Amino acid sequence: MTIVKNNELTPEQVRDSKVYRQWGLTESEYNLIVTELNRLPNFTETGIFSGMWSEHVSYKKSKPILRKFWSTNARVLQGPGEGAGILDIGDGQAVVFKAESHNHPSFVEPYEGAATGVGGILRDIFSMGAQPIAVLDSLRFGELDDAHTRHIVDGVIAGIAGYGNAIGIPTVGGEIGFDPVYSGNPLVNVMAVGLMDQAAMQVGQAKGIGNSIIYVGAKTGRDGINGASFASAEFSTEHASDRSAVQVGDPFLEKLVMDATLKAVNAHSDIIVGIQDMGAAGLLSSSSEMAAKAGMGITLDLNNVPQRETNMTPYELMLSESQERMLFVVKCGEEQAIIDLFQEADLDAVIIGEVTDNGRYILEFDHQVVADVPIDFLTHAPKQTLPMAEPKRLLSMSEVQYQPDVSNLKQTILSLLAQPTIASKAKLFRHFDSMVRSDTVIKPGGDASLVRVRGTKKALAMTTDVNARYLYLNPYVGAKMAVAEAARNIVATGALPIGITDGLNFGSPDNPEVYYELDQAVAGINAVAKQLDTPIISGNVSLYNETDGQAIYPTPMIGMVGLLENVRNATTIGFKNVGDKIYIIGETLDSFNGSEIQKMQTGSIDGQLFGFDDAAEMSSQRLVRTAISQQLLASAHDLSEGGLIVALLESSFLGQLSFNIKTALADKYLFSETQSRFIVSVPESQVVTFEQLAGQKATLLGQVTNTDEMMLTTATQQIILSRQETQKVYQESISWKLKA
Amino acid sequence: MKAAVISFPGSNCDFDMLYALQDFGVDAQIVSAKQTALTDFDAIFLPGGFSYGDYLRTGAIARFSPIMSAVTQAANAGKLIVGICNGFQILTEAGLLPGQLLVNATPGFICDEVALSIANHETAYTNAYEMSESIVVPIAHGEGNYFADDDTLARLEANNQIVFRYVNNPNGSVHDIAGIMNERGNIFGMMPHPERAIDEVTGNIDGQNFFKSILSSILTNV
Repeated sequence: MTIVKNNELTPEQVRDSKVYRQWGLTESEYNLIVTELNRLPNFTETGIFSGMWSEHVSYKKSKPILRKFWSTNARVLQGPGEGAGILDIGDGQAVVFKAESHNHPSFVEPYEGAATGVGGILRDIFSMGAQPIAVLDSLRFGELDDAHTRHIVDGVIAGIAGYGNAIGIPTVGGEIGFDPVYSGNPLVNVMAVGLMDQAAMQVGQAKGIGNSIIYVGAKTGRDGINGASFASAEFSTEHASDRSAVQVGDPFLEKLVMDATLKAVNAHSDIIVGIQDMGAAGLLSSSSEMAAKAGMGITLDLNNVPQRETNMTPYELMLSESQERMLFVVKCGEEQAIIDLFQEADLDAVIIGEVTDNGRYILEFDHQVVADVPIDFLTHAPKQTLPMAEPKRLLSMSEVQYQPDVSNLKQTILSLLAQPTIASKAKLFRHFDSMVRSDTVIKPGGDASLVRVRGTKKALAMTTDVNARYLYLNPYVGAKMAVAEAARNIVATGALPIGITDGLNFGSPDNPEVYYELDQAVAGINAVAKQLDTPIISGNVSLYNETDGQAIYPTPMIGMVGLLENVRNATTIGFKNVGDKIYIIGETLDSFNGSEIQKMQTGSIDGQLFGFDDAAEMSSQRLVRTAISQQLLASAHDLSEGGLIVALLESSFLGQLSFNIKTALADKYLFSETQSRFIVSVPESQVVTFEQLAGQKATLLGQVTNTDEMMLTTATQQIILSRQETQKVYQESISWKLKA
Repeated sequence: MKAAVISFPGSNCDFDMLYALQDFGVDAQIVSAKQTALTDFDAIFLPGGFSYGDYLRTGAIARFSPIMSAVTQAANAGKLIVGICNGFQILTEAGLLPGQLLVNATPGFICDEVALSIANHETAYTNAYEMSESIVVPIAHGEGNYFADDDTLARLEANNQIVFRYVNNPNGSVHDIAGIMNERGNIFGMMPHPERAIDEVTGNIDGQNFFKSILSSILTNV
């Protein structure tokens, strides 16, 4: 959109050309604006309404569902509605976390799309006054046999590395999945975690008449103009090259902004009234939301906005999504201290406006008022209650569980290990600096990652998880399983799950079947979150993940954080000592619809999803946590995709030890994906205590050995796998496919 | 012993190095690259990171920082100068160490833990290590491929200036070089990160003897 200043459409031309429809405003929304203003909105005003009323900013379509999220308990210091949620972790400290999606930009421009995703979520964290301590990525791509997908994978990985490594926040974990439904809509969800003293807590509010609005950080350019509207529409291959809506990141600049912001929070908390990062809809949404939350008005003089390009119009200045910018609200008369602090770091810091008491959002440019609208109206898009309908595919599903073909057990295991969803992602994760800051206790490759809290005994466990195939077969139960698995990851380290952030990735909400999936997923997340006492304190919604009418699987990424009181109890998935006994916790059932083996052997997933037993889940988790706190376990690993066999092999590979297992189960159950299960290894000296504690919940499978041979005896046969050869398949499969 | 850790804009391992030194009882402090004096310090550490974004060439802009003339003075005065990762890159750019760090042989950032052999035990950086010891130390870099011309390499080898070598070369460095020192032995640079390997909680303590070596050599020389 390159409309030159003074050549903008007149209000009448806006009305007659219906340009607002290109920007995502509907006819009735436009008419509502005309009625409320009692005049025709001008070009700039129409533009700012289109940005603020986009789904990406306003959540007007998803909010009726998002309101249902359970988000309060004794730990919650800040729930949804601010840059990020905050939980009390004791000792006057708090953990801050949130997830964000950068799906659309990453498809168009993988490197910058992913890089700016990292930059954006980090600003959400430090704008709360918290030092970011870790980043996790939840990524979904098409299959690696597609050349364009490989290009996207390379770009996204390099973008995350390029930004995260340079800014010096470790990328400690996350997960990567592959499925054809993501080939036209890759998912790039980034979760960031920060740590702060509760006393330093900041919120994004513009209180106090006459207080100054200070713009800090990078200059504003024409990148990402109206990107929020771009993210609120479906893709079509005809318009797939909409590059102007993608921003460019500068991690060096963001590091300067981050360090200066945290310095300002520490040194000048008495004069800082509010801080907000400029994310979706840039200067517009950050300034208007800060004022709206405080019930105030705001006046900005746009000539003072630092600009990178010449002749920028008010529309462009307000809707630019240039990166690495923040807004501060500072007490009137005290501005210089903040300005000096940023200038010391060679950053722009400029007063661009003030807080007023008139409830109006007023923009001035070249001594003229170019927008004057009620702030409350601007920041409250008319809610839409959309119709829901149970997807037709769910109405006629087979009740019978798929029965895997295990006639050649050894070959089936090797083929499964080579599946991109199962195979090691270490070759991708090694591009990320997982150790900078020197606090990473459990690095990528385990169930959850663990980061110590320096100066205390505590550590924070963190993970991201979702198996969208389960949700495709049953959005409610699949969402429950996503939360349960995230919690099992946390519990396997010894930590107590304490809270959730989510990244809700769905298709078009205008499709009643997709809206139903969203509603059911939120209900499923709530159901398990309440049992775990893990409130949902922040999150992100990414809708319209469709290309040419093909929607992704419902993919609500669950980001979970756990608290480990004593980092010395940290437990990892790898076997530790020869002779340790290996147990499986939880029952193994006929659970194959939606499983990795069904996908591998039939090319698709089908049939009713297997069940989820809430009570069994809670009791398995309780057992593992108790056993770790009593120091009974040498290792613990959650069972997920690929089932028991994959978990056993991963524990072997990571521990560089083998196993000798004997089970009464039939061969097929090695691949069952029944929930609520772990494998643990127990030193001989703790076996009696562990068995007393576990009772019927745990079944002895065998023991850890130090040969190359991994021995497996099922109800019907015995097989032997070479650890070295098997591990090679696990380690190398992704690289082989990427080089294809 | 008093140590300075230089913080360039974009340094991101400055605090890791500070904490590591403090863990070994060193009186260490962060010094901004805008400063111009380092006379109070016995040892100067240039930490890892992406100084000035490393957008031109790693270390190429940092070498022009105000602090660098003080670093050169301290080096000439025989004080210990230690560059880790980006710090090593800055020292080669500044001409305080020979050679150059190029883009990894297979382009792309690598974060891993790799085995190093100690090529010279009689240095201020390795004297506390056992003779036969091979150690595992984290690496995290995209431009760690050490290169020098044949004459320089011959000199480095002849003078025992190569301090650490990779056991399995991860980045294409000539002669498997992971760390070198100047002929006098008071300026040292390495790509791996010993400051990330000093605490059992984070799973690796192979960097401890690096700091113990520096400490003992400073104490005997001061």
